[in-house]
Amino acid sequence: MSKYQYNPVTPADIEALCDIIGAGERVIAGPAVGEDYCHDELAGIRRRPDVLIKAASAEEVAAVMKYASARRIPVTPRGQGTGLVGGAVPLEGGILLDLSGMNQILELDPDNMTLTVEPGVLLMEAAKFAEDAGFLYPPDPGEKTATIGGNISTNAGGMRAVKYGVTRDYVRGLQVVTARGVIMELGGKVAKNSSGYSIRDLIVGSEGTLAIITRATLKLVPLPKYKISLLVPFPDLVTAIRTVPEVIRTGATPTAVEFMEREVILAAEEYLGRKFPDHSSNAYLLLTFDGASKHEVDLAYDHAAQTCLRAGALDVFISNTLERNESIWSARGAFLEAIKGSTTEMDECDVVVPRRSVADFVGFASGLQDKYGVRIRSFGHAGDGNLHIYVLRDELDEEQWPRVLGEVFDELYARARELNGQVSGEHGIGYAKKSYLGESLAPELSAIMAGIKTVFDPDHILNPGKIVE
Amino acid sequence: MRIIVCIKQVPGASQVEIDEKTGTMKRDGVESKLNPYDLYALESAMRFKEQYGATVAVITMGPPQCEEAVREAFMMGADEGYILSDRRFGGADVLATSYTLSQGVRRIGDFDLVICGKQTTDGDTAQVGAELAEFLGIPHVTNVCRIHSADTGKVTVDMDMPAHIETSEVQFPCLLTVEKGIYEPRLPSYKLKIATADRAVNWIKLDDLPDRDANHYGLNGSPTQVKRIFPPENHQEHVMLEGRGAELGDRLFEVLDERKFLQKL
Repeated sequence: MSKYQYNPVTPADIEALCDIIGAGERVIAGPAVGEDYCHDELAGIRRRPDVLIKAASAEEVAAVMKYASARRIPVTPRGQGTGLVGGAVPLEGGILLDLSGMNQILELDPDNMTLTVEPGVLLMEAAKFAEDAGFLYPPDPGEKTATIGGNISTNAGGMRAVKYGVTRDYVRGLQVVTARGVIMELGGKVAKNSSGYSIRDLIVGSEGTLAIITRATLKLVPLPKYKISLLVPFPDLVTAIRTVPEVIRTGATPTAVEFMEREVILAAEEYLGRKFPDHSSNAYLLLTFDGASKHEVDLAYDHAAQTCLRAGALDVFISNTLERNESIWSARGAFLEAIKGSTTEMDECDVVVPRRSVADFVGFASGLQDKYGVRIRSFGHAGDGNLHIYVLRDELDEEQWPRVLGEVFDELYARARELNGQVSGEHGIGYAKKSYLGESLAPELSAIMAGIKTVFDPDHILNPGKIVE
Repeated sequence: MRIIVCIKQVPGASQVEIDEKTGTMKRDGVESKLNPYDLYALESAMRFKEQYGATVAVITMGPPQCEEAVREAFMMGADEGYILSDRRFGGADVLATSYTLSQGVRRIGDFDLVICGKQTTDGDTAQVGAELAEFLGIPHVTNVCRIHSADTGKVTVDMDMPAHIETSEVQFPCLLTVEKGIYEPRLPSYKLKIATADRAVNWIKLDDLPDRDANHYGLNGSPTQVKRIFPPENHQEHVMLEGRGAELGDRLFEVLDERKFLQKL
């Protein structure tokens, strides 16, 4: 529970909110709020908001915030609820502000190469819209049905981060509503900006604790026409991962560098009922290259292939057509569900460590299996150091599971700190990873973060109980 | 054992554009790739090779750039490559194509097995395999979805028929056309790319064939006249089932069973 006191939502509040929204069906109170709105994709944390408001405009959001701050009612913004750390769960009840209905693509500006969208536009919709116009929106998180607003709120990363960076690198401008209901424009279509503190960048990754995003102007790049993936088998995972820095350092930068182990591939095969093109080796790297011409891409992959073979790869398999890419990436896309399907429950650690330390960290995580008698699976972005380590519950009972999970997580986060890593690479902190963030931040830094929070949200009504609160 | 796999280079894009005036496919400036169905044929041949020991030869017909397709087959493990390339082969319909291929196969010499993909993604007729077998005078099984076993004299396969699956035993030499999904095709290997970079391919011209009568090839040898060619209408069928739970469950079972999605354990 928060240390801040909030007012309960009264029937009078509901009436007032209905007046603000002006359409009864977009204000839903009490038990009528659907179960889906009480949680995100993190298991084990649920809370029903007192009232759900489906916002339709920035002006509505501003009016709701004005009212909520005056009445001291907590407000939790929400997109599609695909988050993994409880970020969109209204821990203190109050108002759940659903922004998924603000889902219009407003403008594609080809000269400035920007795409302006409302926050509820889905990642896959924005990406497709850009692609149809010959542009690429590079951030590529696995969850394509997440909203752009949610992606910005968590500074989501994704597969293409090695070459293109993460969501923050593609947010040019934001329209936000402050905790007290003021609409502000941050950044814009400009490509450079040295004009004081970058508030826009502070909002990115703030998980709805500083302001509410009501519009975003995203940067696009020209769409690369050619793509090729290399599936590279290695005798073992450590050899595979140790090769990554050299592949990235020498020659063209791959868009993605993923690592995967045989057991995860086998689980995906079983889950999909379809064979992977190769599963004879213990470990694989999956490299992807894109470029404007076939020649450019061929040169890039040739160099990488030779580097891999010199480093001990058993072969390099080339995936150069739609069908072949599909056979690989459909399995890659199913890893998470396949692992989920192989156990009773699981939890995930999404730490990020420097690229050089990935092999060390993955080896360490794997070693914890024997120590704690628990299955641990991992796959992820070897190229950017963002790891997804899954601890599987299997047959552990109610008492054992939280204890073992806690101990394993403590070890993982402690090791990540030793390697100068960070608590979350792309999922965010939300509620679930708060304690680990607290442990990793110097007290002075925690104080600065808390101070920033208070400046933006003096009444502490925005998404209480998240990140540093 | 010697296996011959028929392959074809097709446009790389998933959408094939057709020039409605001339009735031909627009190939200019379009990337090419190996016909996706042929990957299953190649994979089937490679499984034979690995299990029973065999040499795998690929044969294709087309303009000189189709050497790329043969090189790709080398990268998947094929041992020899033959290209039927001659201006006089141009404009061939299904019959002339099958005849030319049959002549090419005769030119290659002894074989036990010819494997083709079920169809190509550009022509889509699914007739070349069967016609080739007829010209070669050998038995054939089309739509093979499973290969059970083979020994020195014969092979046992499942044929995917509209309403049932037929298991057949066929004597060598024979021809099989294989279904999509019979195996997951292996990816081309970079190591094999390097190792086969200097491997020669065998170019076959009309004058190298047993039958040198130009009237049997290309446009001259094609009785089919294309009147008009146009993209098919793209309609996706949706079926709505309505009713109560158990009833719907039964209906769903029937639908899945009809489509052979269900397997007896």
